Amino acid sequence: MTFLAYTLYFGALIGAALCLAVWMARVYGGMPALAGVERAFLRSGGINPEREMTWGSYAMAVLAFNLVCFVVLFAILRAQGALPLNPDGIGGMSPDLALNTAVSFVTNTNWQAYSGEAQLSYLSQMVGLTVQNFVSAGTGMAVAVAVIRGFTAAKGATLGNFWLDLTRSVLWILLPLSVVLALFLAWQGVPQTLQGAVTATGVEGGEQVIARGPAAAQIAIKQLGTNGGGFFGVNSAHPFENPTIASNLAQSLSILLIPVAFCFLFGQMAGDRRQGWAIFAAMGIMFVAGLAVIHVYEVAGNPALGMGANMEGKEQRFGAMLSALWAASTTAASNGSVNAMHDSFMPLSGLVMLVFMQIGEVIFGGVGAGLYGMLLYVVLAVFLAGLMVGRTPEYLGRKIEGREVTLAVLAFLSMPLGILVGGAVAATVPQALTAVQDAGPHGLSEILYAYSSATGNNGSAFGGWGAAGTWHTTALGLIMLLGRYAMIVPLLAIAGSMIRKTKAPVTSGTFPTHGPLFVTLLILTVLILGALTFFPVLALGPIAEETARLAGQSF
Amino acid sequence: MSKNEKLADMSGLYAAAIRQSVTKLDPRTLWRNPVMFVTAIVAAMTTVLGLRDLLTGTPGAGVALHIAFWLWLCVLFANFAEGLAEGRGRARADTLRATKSETKVRVLADADAEPVTATEVISTTLRAGQFVYLAAGDIIPTDGEAVRGIASVNESAITGESAPVIREAGGDRSSVTGGTTIASDWIVMKVMAEPGKSFLDRMIALVEGAERQKTPNEIALNILLVGLTLIFLFVVVTLPAFASYSGTVIPVVTLAALFVTLIPTTIGGLLSAIGIAGMDRLVKANVIAKSGRAVEAAGDVDTLLLDKTGTITFGNRMADALIPAPGVDARRLVEAAALASLADETPEGKSIVEKAREMLGAIPAMPQGAEFVPFTAQTRLSGLDLTDGRRFRKGAIDAVIRLTGQTPPGALSAQVDAIARSGGTPLLVAEGTQILGVVHLKDIVKPGVRERFAELRAMGIRTVMITGDNPLTAAAIAAEAGVDDFLAEATPEMKLDLIRREQAGGRLVAMCGDGSNDAPALAQADVGVAMNAGTPAAKEAANLIDLDSDPTKLIEVVMVGKQLLISRGALTTFSIANDVAKYFAVLPAIFVAAYPGLAVLNIMGLASPTSAILSAVIFNALILIALVPLALRGVAYRPATAAQLLRRNLLVYGLGGLIVPFVGIKAIDLCLVALNLA
Repeated sequence: MTFLAYTLYFGALIGAALCLAVWMARVYGGMPALAGVERAFLRSGGINPEREMTWGSYAMAVLAFNLVCFVVLFAILRAQGALPLNPDGIGGMSPDLALNTAVSFVTNTNWQAYSGEAQLSYLSQMVGLTVQNFVSAGTGMAVAVAVIRGFTAAKGATLGNFWLDLTRSVLWILLPLSVVLALFLAWQGVPQTLQGAVTATGVEGGEQVIARGPAAAQIAIKQLGTNGGGFFGVNSAHPFENPTIASNLAQSLSILLIPVAFCFLFGQMAGDRRQGWAIFAAMGIMFVAGLAVIHVYEVAGNPALGMGANMEGKEQRFGAMLSALWAASTTAASNGSVNAMHDSFMPLSGLVMLVFMQIGEVIFGGVGAGLYGMLLYVVLAVFLAGLMVGRTPEYLGRKIEGREVTLAVLAFLSMPLGILVGGAVAATVPQALTAVQDAGPHGLSEILYAYSSATGNNGSAFGGWGAAGTWHTTALGLIMLLGRYAMIVPLLAIAGSMIRKTKAPVTSGTFPTHGPLFVTLLILTVLILGALTFFPVLALGPIAEETARLAGQSF
Repeated sequence: MSKNEKLADMSGLYAAAIRQSVTKLDPRTLWRNPVMFVTAIVAAMTTVLGLRDLLTGTPGAGVALHIAFWLWLCVLFANFAEGLAEGRGRARADTLRATKSETKVRVLADADAEPVTATEVISTTLRAGQFVYLAAGDIIPTDGEAVRGIASVNESAITGESAPVIREAGGDRSSVTGGTTIASDWIVMKVMAEPGKSFLDRMIALVEGAERQKTPNEIALNILLVGLTLIFLFVVVTLPAFASYSGTVIPVVTLAALFVTLIPTTIGGLLSAIGIAGMDRLVKANVIAKSGRAVEAAGDVDTLLLDKTGTITFGNRMADALIPAPGVDARRLVEAAALASLADETPEGKSIVEKAREMLGAIPAMPQGAEFVPFTAQTRLSGLDLTDGRRFRKGAIDAVIRLTGQTPPGALSAQVDAIARSGGTPLLVAEGTQILGVVHLKDIVKPGVRERFAELRAMGIRTVMITGDNPLTAAAIAAEAGVDDFLAEATPEMKLDLIRREQAGGRLVAMCGDGSNDAPALAQADVGVAMNAGTPAAKEAANLIDLDSDPTKLIEVVMVGKQLLISRGALTTFSIANDVAKYFAVLPAIFVAAYPGLAVLNIMGLASPTSAILSAVIFNALILIALVPLALRGVAYRPATAAQLLRRNLLVYGLGGLIVPFVGIKAIDLCLVALNLA
């Protein structure tokens, strides 16, 4: 039964993603029917969509656009008290929290150091966050498409036009999907209103304030764009964000839909679908393995707390299995929305979630970001093992040389830098340590989770950890920037360098980058270069907690 | 060389390498290898800490010094490997240097000056552009080109081939190499190389590794190794913070040990040895690479341009079949053909006799008093007149028809046409006025060539045959040899065009050539192998020079290039895969104090934390020295498709790299316990 349910789920996911990939390939290739709207849209902003960009100008456009987004969002958050659409009279955000929130949404992390219903006006939610949900996702998608072009397109010097790619991502992919999903969610009972909170009297006579607002629209894009920032503080565990099993399944699917589609899009743009399937297979195998661990541990539960599944921190409506699926999807896909409190998962379930984020969000990952992150591992895997066939390593006919390796190593360093250095400081500085709720290894897991989530631009929180202190809002804000742009810029540079190379024809002497052998190699590269780096800290966190639990000790 | 001499030679090599492993500790040389440089710094730090503890009487000094010892050994082993690789080249360089003696040479004012007007100068002061008169017995002082005269030259000093070769002014055999000796006659040579820049000088520098520059792939790999080292630095430097959060303190010495075991010391230590050994293998094959880049490019070659003559065929037409005319006994034809060729010393004639021996089991003896009729340009016939009046002839079709006054019968005529169509040469054999049959002479494809090309195809390399033959002949030979494509009636321009076309399609092209008109193509090709006997222009344009002037070498060069890359990749994969076991050895050892439950990670069941850390460090050093022979010899390489190679090497070096250290570390742990060292 469980197996059948999962099979149906993955079948639906793959089927939908395959269709979407075909659509995406047509959109990014340019459809004459849509060109008029695109041109009119961009010309109104004074942008010439025909101008082809080198990797440098592409990267500059990304950075400039994101900087403007940051400034606007920061201003809205600070000034929201004086701005309209604020029925509950919420005041302006503190500077450090506004900085953290603005960075978080611009980088597609959507780390929530705030609680939406208490600290954000409707204007901030709609014009601030929801807009960023679209354009930060669009940025990731545009960058991914540019990177794919660098690897697959014919020899040239340019990667496309960022503004055009961004517009296409938002207008033709994110918007239509969001509209459909938002309508579905509204039908399932998610509120979509501009009226303020209602005050109700409970059966016991006590007064309670029930927050509501334009939630459905924001939740749709939060899932589709791997954003994850909820309308309400407790995210998709809130009955208004995620009222039913149907809404839960629809959201679970939406989290992975675009990231999975990017694998297939890669194969299509490479003109060799097997290349896309190979990357999908590597991601899929790791995902299923991680999901299996979480599922087994959550369904088995903790004998110390009695028999039955581990239901602490989970919604009765969803149970252990749907919570496990969500937890695996949201950490793998850099989404960060939660329908259960990850802090309360079993230690090794937490380990899986940590690993999913620490390897750089490359198991499906963020929209676009997951694919270009995985291409980083592909470059390293091909470079390491490609020599073993007796040729200078090459991927899709293009040689991987010193420049690509240097850039890949640079991008790669951002993960240990953010997680290990950021985490070590947070585990040492007394100011930072106040955030930790639990003693022992579980406390360390909380720190690690926060810094892994920020570096991987995931945005989910372990819960139980005080993220709102000034130290962490600032440190995590900086690390989110590192995790986003220290990947984007080198990867665009790699793409810019690859596209200048002549493609060598495929012969029987070519290193095969499809098929089970390559998939195995890619998985091993991710595990050995990515996960193993964090083995020591994971041993002190979740592994130590698990061994202690087995010995009957809890934290 | 006797066995004892060889042994002495070897021990000399090892002694030199051991000396090298210490002298190479000099930071100025060591920093060129970042991984080993870092290891040496950590080793020095550990030594200082160990000594401090020893002086202050702090417990644990013994372990620290023990760890330091093995860290130093790791660095020394890496230096030893490099020293050994260089030593093998140096032995050859010394032999070469011996031929570079200072002599007096006769310099002429210009190319046409009389030898008596020559002035004597010291050979080492010769400058490019001067003219030198050389006579029998003279050692050619430096590289140059014969501009007048003809001489036979003994080039055994550089090629090992004792038969003298002809060098003459003009044409494609004008190049002379310093260090070789004039065997007979005389030439006037124009000096082409500045002092110290001659071919011999370059060769010495090359085999010694003195001018060794890192190749592009080696540089890229080094960057990755530095990157990995940095990542592990983050891991180790942040560990005390996490440990102290968890309520435990990790000694600095332990962190040092963890760091060195994690960073890729195995490949870092062997990388340059692999490179030097690769060049050495090429030198052993008597090929000199002007740069390491060319050797790497050789591994990447997609298209091989091969000259037909000498590479694919023997270059002489040889008898392939003897077809009798209707009504003529086959045995009679063979005997007649053999008799007509008995006294013929041309390769064609010899091949007919050889073919007859093969068909009859024996050849007819030279009849007493028989008279040889040699081939002339007028008759285009040759043969034998016997004393009993019988006359045997073989020759061109029209010549034999004219001689006998007869035309071959229809069936035979059809055979003659078929032979001509297939690209072969038909020769008619006649006795008196009777036409007995036809000999099929053809360009014989060398045995094994077909299989070789099939191997190359499996490796993804396309072979293109270059020939001056007409398209018909070329197609026939191409089909027989199994090349993928051919270029008939090839001119240097066509060769150059072909190379450009292949390169535009993203293919890397290798070719060999010797003539001056090959120079543009040699320069255009990604891998150009010039024959040492070729012209200076060709040698200048090429990036590899084959001292044996054997065009088949091209294939060998490709193999050496591939083997070099495979060795590098295999050891890198092995080195990185080793980290898994090392984590499982060291982590439980350092964390078990904080969380006793983490003992479950000690899956190898190592005796104690101290023995676990020591075992990992010792394994790290021992695996380096254990892999030195593999690094020097190169990973075994059989031609196969990339997928097959990847599967095999991934299994051996990837999976092996995962498993071997588990076994090794456990074994060392058992030894340490047995020896009571930990």
